[in-house]
Amino acid sequence: MEAAMGLMRRIPPKHSETALSALLSLLPHHSSDLLSQVDQPLQVLCDVDCGKEFILCEYNRDADSYRSPWSNKYHPPLEDGPHPSPELRKLEIEANEVFAIYREQYYEGGISSVYLWEDENEGFVACFLIKKDGSKTAHGKRGYLQEGAWDAIHVIEVGPEEEGKAHYCLTSTVMLSLTTNDESSGTFNLSGSIRRQMNMDLSVAEGHLCNMGKMIEEMEGKLRNSLDQVYFGKTKEMVCTLRPPAELVQMRLPDS
Amino acid sequence: MSDDDEETSTEPEELSHKQKLEIAKWFLINSPPGEIQYVAKDVKAVLKDENVYEAAAAEAFPLYNKSHMICLQLPDRSGDVMVTSFSEITEDEYLDPRTAQVAVVNHVKQSCTEVRPASDEELPSAYVEEYRCAVDAEISKYVGEAYPKGVCSVYSSKGKHVEEPGSNFELVVVILASRHSPQNFCNGSWRSIWNVVFEDELQIVELRGRMEVGAHYFEEGNVQLDAKHECKDSTAFQSPDDCAASVMNIIRHHETEYLNSLQKSYLNLPDTTFKDLRRKLPVTRTLFPWHNTMQFSLTRDISKELGIGK
Repeated sequence: MEAAMGLMRRIPPKHSETALSALLSLLPHHSSDLLSQVDQPLQVLCDVDCGKEFILCEYNRDADSYRSPWSNKYHPPLEDGPHPSPELRKLEIEANEVFAIYREQYYEGGISSVYLWEDENEGFVACFLIKKDGSKTAHGKRGYLQEGAWDAIHVIEVGPEEEGKAHYCLTSTVMLSLTTNDESSGTFNLSGSIRRQMNMDLSVAEGHLCNMGKMIEEMEGKLRNSLDQVYFGKTKEMVCTLRPPAELVQMRLPDS
Repeated sequence: MSDDDEETSTEPEELSHKQKLEIAKWFLINSPPGEIQYVAKDVKAVLKDENVYEAAAAEAFPLYNKSHMICLQLPDRSGDVMVTSFSEITEDEYLDPRTAQVAVVNHVKQSCTEVRPASDEELPSAYVEEYRCAVDAEISKYVGEAYPKGVCSVYSSKGKHVEEPGSNFELVVVILASRHSPQNFCNGSWRSIWNVVFEDELQIVELRGRMEVGAHYFEEGNVQLDAKHECKDSTAFQSPDDCAASVMNIIRHHETEYLNSLQKSYLNLPDTTFKDLRRKLPVTRTLFPWHNTMQFSLTRDISKELGIGK
């Protein structure tokens, strides 16, 4: 398992789907571990009832069917697929509506889905998903990207309420790939994935959705920032180490 | 986790030897610059089958080494040999034109075990060698200045036995700059290949360049740069020294330009390119009003009543 995770850390992120399916076929005994520890690009289906797309993940899957957050129905239809309790479903509907507005404001397009379900210890788990195709042929408003994909997965475990407070544990993954391509500079692709965790104890006075939303917003900001500043920055640093730009070479000349 | 229940009847279909071999090769060949040995260790552990691993390594390492143009020190420390498809004599033998030696290479260990003098057949004619040697001298000087850890080699490919003016011949310039710092979770390489065709009839030298830059940063994540560019240029067919100087100038010009365009791509990231994936701040330029999401349902109810909903 450790070696499998080692491979996932090295293989180019754009090949992660191929790598995962290769590992699954080599290590069938570890398939549930692999599927829970390795995030893969999100897939979507269209809800036949309302014509809106929804995102697929392990949390809305039962057998080979997926539950839509819009109609609450399984696609393809499934008898006795599990549903959240009426109370939780109410929160799920609200979360989907609000999260769609959040997504529109930050992403200017894309698809989002939120799934809620009860867990064993009186709390519940929520999964917030966003998928954005930022290429110029899809939702790339500015049209700079030949190819551009952003998949975000946020899973929040919400503990039972105690003295007006609840414990929130958020695990977030962002996977992205962006490619620009033009005659004078060739193809330029950056791709990658990072995963982070955040724990908080918050008063439930303002409601779970408010708390979860704030945590996700803060986390997404952090992830975007570290991808931009740290991760992309490190690859840029590497390029400049391989071939220092002219001004750096000149600065060093007096020494040599 | 234990794997004691291997070979039970509930076992999903066992992969064939060939399927395992293909998977192992795929992982090895797709290793980032300078990381194939680490990938190999993990592949071996995942396969749990020494025979399949050995077979996969024997096929994948030569391909990886050649496509990454790895550079190995000659055992007598007289120089380096670059493992490329242009210097390949047999799968295990690579020519170092600068010292006119052939190095025997162990692909899996990525080391050079012995050298022998190159035969006349393996070396270019004196006429071609004069051009090759002049280009090599100029390119070495340039690579020394531009790439702190750069290596380069110039090979004669087509028409290497042309004895005198009257026929075309071709040189290939390869440049490699690589940096491996696993302790900093960062590896990268810059590779360029320049085909330089000396066209006798047109008295022109045509250049075709291919540059490829890769970088991998993997501290608590996995982010990779993969950039490629191709370009063309030409110059007049002159004396070896003059040709060498203009070939070097052309290569230097295009590689400098390419570096600039890479810098520009990075510069454009935060405010243009990345913004098409996700904005730093919402369109409203303030954080999302999570404490007051009622407003959205109110607006929605009103628009529904007024019949202006989406």
